[in-house]
Amino acid sequence: MVKYKVVHYLNQFFGQIGGEEKADIPPLIKEGAIGPGKALQQALGEEGEIVATVICGDGYFADNIDVAAEKVVELISPYKPDVFVAGPAFNAGRYGIACGASCSAVRERLGIPVITAMYEENPGLDLYRKRVYIIPTGDSARYMKEAIPKMAGFVRKLGLGQEIGTPQEEGYFPQGIRVNLFVDRTAAERAVDMLLAKLKGEPFQTEYPMPAFELIPPSPPIEDLRSATIALVTSGGIVPLGNPDRIEAASASKFAEYNIAEVNDLTSDAYETAHGGYDPTYANEDADRVLPVDAMRTLEKEGIIGKLHDFYYVTVGNATSVASCERFGKEIAKKLKAAGVNGVILTST
Amino acid sequence: MVKEIERVGLPVVHVASIVPISLTVGANRIVPGVAIPHPLGNPELSEDEERELRLNLVKRALLALQTEVEKQTVFEE
Amino acid sequence: MRLELGIIKIEDVQFGDETIIGDGTLYVNKKELINLALQDDRLAEADVELARPGEEVRIIPVKDVIEPRVKVSGPGELFPGIIGKMGTVGAGRTNVLRGATLVTVGRIVGFQEGLIDMSGPGAQYSPFSQTNNVALILRPINGLAPHAHEEAVRLAGLRAAVYLGKAGKDVAPDEVEVYELRSVTDASLPKIAYVHPLLSQGLLHDTYLYGVDAKKILPTLIHPNEVMDGAIVSGNCVSACDKHTTFHHMNNAVIKELYRRHGKDLNFIGVIVTNLNVSLADKERSSDYASKLAKLIGADGVVVTNEGFGNPDTDLMMLCKKMEDYGIKTVLITDEFAGRDGASQSLADVVPEADAVVSVGNANEVITLPPMKHIIGDLKPAEVIAGGFDGCLGADGSVKIEIQSIVGSTCQLGFGKLTAQGR
Repeated sequence: MVKYKVVHYLNQFFGQIGGEEKADIPPLIKEGAIGPGKALQQALGEEGEIVATVICGDGYFADNIDVAAEKVVELISPYKPDVFVAGPAFNAGRYGIACGASCSAVRERLGIPVITAMYEENPGLDLYRKRVYIIPTGDSARYMKEAIPKMAGFVRKLGLGQEIGTPQEEGYFPQGIRVNLFVDRTAAERAVDMLLAKLKGEPFQTEYPMPAFELIPPSPPIEDLRSATIALVTSGGIVPLGNPDRIEAASASKFAEYNIAEVNDLTSDAYETAHGGYDPTYANEDADRVLPVDAMRTLEKEGIIGKLHDFYYVTVGNATSVASCERFGKEIAKKLKAAGVNGVILTST
Repeated sequence: MVKEIERVGLPVVHVASIVPISLTVGANRIVPGVAIPHPLGNPELSEDEERELRLNLVKRALLALQTEVEKQTVFEE
Repeated sequence: MRLELGIIKIEDVQFGDETIIGDGTLYVNKKELINLALQDDRLAEADVELARPGEEVRIIPVKDVIEPRVKVSGPGELFPGIIGKMGTVGAGRTNVLRGATLVTVGRIVGFQEGLIDMSGPGAQYSPFSQTNNVALILRPINGLAPHAHEEAVRLAGLRAAVYLGKAGKDVAPDEVEVYELRSVTDASLPKIAYVHPLLSQGLLHDTYLYGVDAKKILPTLIHPNEVMDGAIVSGNCVSACDKHTTFHHMNNAVIKELYRRHGKDLNFIGVIVTNLNVSLADKERSSDYASKLAKLIGADGVVVTNEGFGNPDTDLMMLCKKMEDYGIKTVLITDEFAGRDGASQSLADVVPEADAVVSVGNANEVITLPPMKHIIGDLKPAEVIAGGFDGCLGADGSVKIEIQSIVGSTCQLGFGKLTAQGR
């Protein structure tokens, strides 16, 4: 008895349309299982049915990622699948990206569980691992025999609505996501256990492995300060009195841009802080202590800098996730670059 | 945010009092601030002294922007 | 130092003509409690409401939670140096109204307070959904400066807890817990110390040790009994999830666990209290000093907790690295701010030496709380408290909010069973 419906994604080669010469075909859909999908269907047995296979050329997808992903969603939704599975892509880069992007779009648009599989060096892995379950495979189709049963096991779990455990338990690539759960012992108990094991030289498992932060190469310095435009940015939450754009005191969901072209000094009757993570007294008295507009104007008047940029950018860096800050940073950087700014002073509390 | 600004090729200097955090998040040009609630101020000083302190900090920040660096560098007094 | 905690089990709380305990119920004379609070003329209005486990009640905005107790014998009084007379606490007998709390409610600044749900999906995130809470709702006089407002509410809460605690003075406890660091004869047991940083960063971010502002202290030794007997009082509010309420201080889970195993598989040699200041120099000084103290007292291993997040992560990492450099093994208890999708960097600062970490959960996890039949306090601040956001309040009274806003959800003193796993 069929308990869940599956749609499978393949590239033009595994979808048996053609080789590289057919890499430019746009997404199309066919009934039932095709190529490796047949082996997958056999592994799923009677419980799961691959009702359709969507096929797209690797070249087309790579050149039109968003459009192609949307089209995949559109093609599969009339089939009302319970699970979407893509690949395995092994080490084929464009294929891996196509698998990841399709899975991501399907998950977001249709809200159904998704899974794909590829080799650890496939560029699709790092791009999509956070959003999509990805199972490790060997580096070429030689390893199809091993990949299929692993994928089938996962598809089955997802199809039956079973809970997916940790990467170690289930065998998928760690996603780098932290998920909360309640356990049966208090943190104090776990801490003392862990310490005693560490002291005895016994193995223990840290609950939070320390990450490595990415470093960006430094940008070239400003050559001529006297003609340079310098912009101010702050994570210290300095906003016009009343916080008109309602930037949150913590976990900020936005940043704001404010015009200071006519402002020479931030005063307590016009500016305040929205940041909830530090004593606001000093910033509310004089916001220049966090966003040094007065000093910048002085230097501008003296001709030491060419110009203080007309706009400043602000968010609240209190519990605001690194991902959000990256997003704000990207948008702010784009605006500053487009405005011809030469350098930035970013202040934090 | 500092990294994203650096990524588009604009020199950026981070003025923050907790330098280890600034280093951890990857800022390349760092000027140590005075204290968390007032990185460019000191309420214990007189108004004039405070303005002078701020001006000097900003000048140091601008100096950092004009300095070629190869790795993360803290610009101290 | 031998401390006896006389546990009086409180199973219900009701209003009554007298503040007394009868048959496991705490009766509260509402008028007396209100008059007591209004003795501070910085407060204009006070009210008292009761919240019991399982009720469809939400308490918001919450500033602090305090356990009502009374010193029956032994030196010092409850909250020495602040409410009580100075004296070294931690010896003699203190009766505890276990299962009851005093909760201070009322908007102070609006950013830093939290909420408690007595039932529903939010209840499991706060230990105070399981206690009978006496909520003291306070409104200051108009124009009161924030520092004065915070102090008035803090003192009113402590006084109220002392007032309620007095009802237990002559009640025979249901059981007596004994805390005594007996000398350990087995020299092979590892010597374990506890390093306890207190948040000390200014308005609504302060902690008091025997009444001294923790900003001003150098790290120091303290007997665990002193911590368990009310020597540390909270003036901190940020964020609700990981601020140590005064209740948490008095019921420090790490101290309890170390005591439980003292003489069995470890030798609990003492507690070092330190602070979490806002300047880099202070952080270096305090972490240097606390680590040195740990070395001086001969610790083999140390449990380190933390309060707050962000810049205190740096203190935590400094303490870890410096002690590991001394050859002292460390385990850290910390919460995480990994973003709403759990995909972000959890800590603001990291060191490779921190190889043994216990996580008490990602505070950015979003939860939808259903509407409650009754609100003690005011629901509107939900949109501005840390963890809330514009539009998080539904028209029906439901709240979509981060667990960051729930009091005690990710307390780093090791109280709870919430954790985070890597996926």
